[in-house]
Amino acid sequence: MCLAIPARITAIDPTGETARIALGGVTRDCSLALIDDAAVGDYVLVHVGYALNRIGEEEAQETLALMREAGVPVDAAHEDAA
Amino acid sequence: MKYIDEFRDQQLARGLAAAIRAAARPDRQYRLMEFCGGHTHAIFRYGIADLMPANVRFIHGPGCPVCVLPMARIDQAIALATEHRVTLCTYADLMRVPAGERRSLLKAKAAGADIRMIYSTADALRIAREDPHRQVVFFAIGFETTTPPTAVAAQVARAEGLKNFSIFCNHVLTPPALHTILATAGPDGVQLDGILGPSHVSSVIGSAPYAFVPHEFGTPVVIAGFEPLDVMQSTLMLIRQLNEGRCEVENQYTRAVTEQGNRKAQALMAQVFSPRETFEWRGLGLLPHSALRLADNYADLDAERRFPVEIGTVREVKGCECPAILRGVKEPTDCRLFGTVCTPDNPMGSCMVSSEGACAAYWSYGRFRSPRDH
Repeated sequence: MCLAIPARITAIDPTGETARIALGGVTRDCSLALIDDAAVGDYVLVHVGYALNRIGEEEAQETLALMREAGVPVDAAHEDAA
Repeated sequence: MKYIDEFRDQQLARGLAAAIRAAARPDRQYRLMEFCGGHTHAIFRYGIADLMPANVRFIHGPGCPVCVLPMARIDQAIALATEHRVTLCTYADLMRVPAGERRSLLKAKAAGADIRMIYSTADALRIAREDPHRQVVFFAIGFETTTPPTAVAAQVARAEGLKNFSIFCNHVLTPPALHTILATAGPDGVQLDGILGPSHVSSVIGSAPYAFVPHEFGTPVVIAGFEPLDVMQSTLMLIRQLNEGRCEVENQYTRAVTEQGNRKAQALMAQVFSPRETFEWRGLGLLPHSALRLADNYADLDAERRFPVEIGTVREVKGCECPAILRGVKEPTDCRLFGTVCTPDNPMGSCMVSSEGACAAYWSYGRFRSPRDH
């Protein structure tokens, strides 16, 4: 029930209340009532038709970098079964 | 898709699995509770449990709002639709949840009640606007993630003067449930070494409200995203805290969670809702200050006040282990109904209905796993 999906804002209506969002090949409308200063191109977490938060690109890249750093290199041919 | 595919990368997953195997000390146990059903689902769907060494175990928490809703509340909703003849709008997750005497919203709908599945609270408002002569009730359910959209709906209904719209409020709060789980943990209950904390709930409330977990219970928390690499990295972070003797709230899901959370959403919730003195959770019992009702200045939108309903005692299905599974004390495979009389097609308990329920996750992804020697 708490699932929320990252989607990109492609357009914002003149009132600033709703946005058009793209999610892979799907587009739909989403309310902006819960966030401030949304802009076209932003990625937001969408939950039951509402943008809950913006997704931080910098933080996402940092997280991926930490994952690469923490990961122990694995040679697929020698990987023992877990 | 951006922010999804890269957090499901196979090579990174292999590296993290190897790092977890290297970090987990063989002389101790790592019993980690993933609070959310979303985590449970990821752990099974992506086979994460099978990548863990035997001493790193996931214990499934109560973070599935549909699963913890007492059956009597579903009966109450059915009574709104059948006795008060309202149009009841609900998220799809609730439609098949068993109520008392094998009732469900879906069966009530089939019998003629006006029950509609909606995607968003905006749909419920639209239905109310389109037919001002019908009373429309929104069956609100969910943790702090799903509460702000209900608050927006209440404000819109107020602003538009929609007289035929009201809310049957079943919103519940995460920290009190976590508190109960930890307060009842121990040799006789569930034993926990660490907590994988909620992702999207925390996106709204922030990471700060979990400070009591390390302080009061000496248990480390890592706020974890829902993608498989998020769960694995968070697991590694918990193992490291435990190995190093640290005990704090760490945030793995930094791309969507800050310490303070979404202040705008919090302010909206505070305006529209007040804490209930107590609320029943399936499996956990009556928990103080663990749920929300409409605040007094929104009482006119409270369906429980507008349409009084009396519900007697509702009996649990005999043999259903959902309550113990929700406390983390039992696993779905410990239930003798699991996979025999209880399946997603014919669910006996709520944990088999919701896609986030532990039983549904075991059924969909885990029932052919070979037994492991723990």
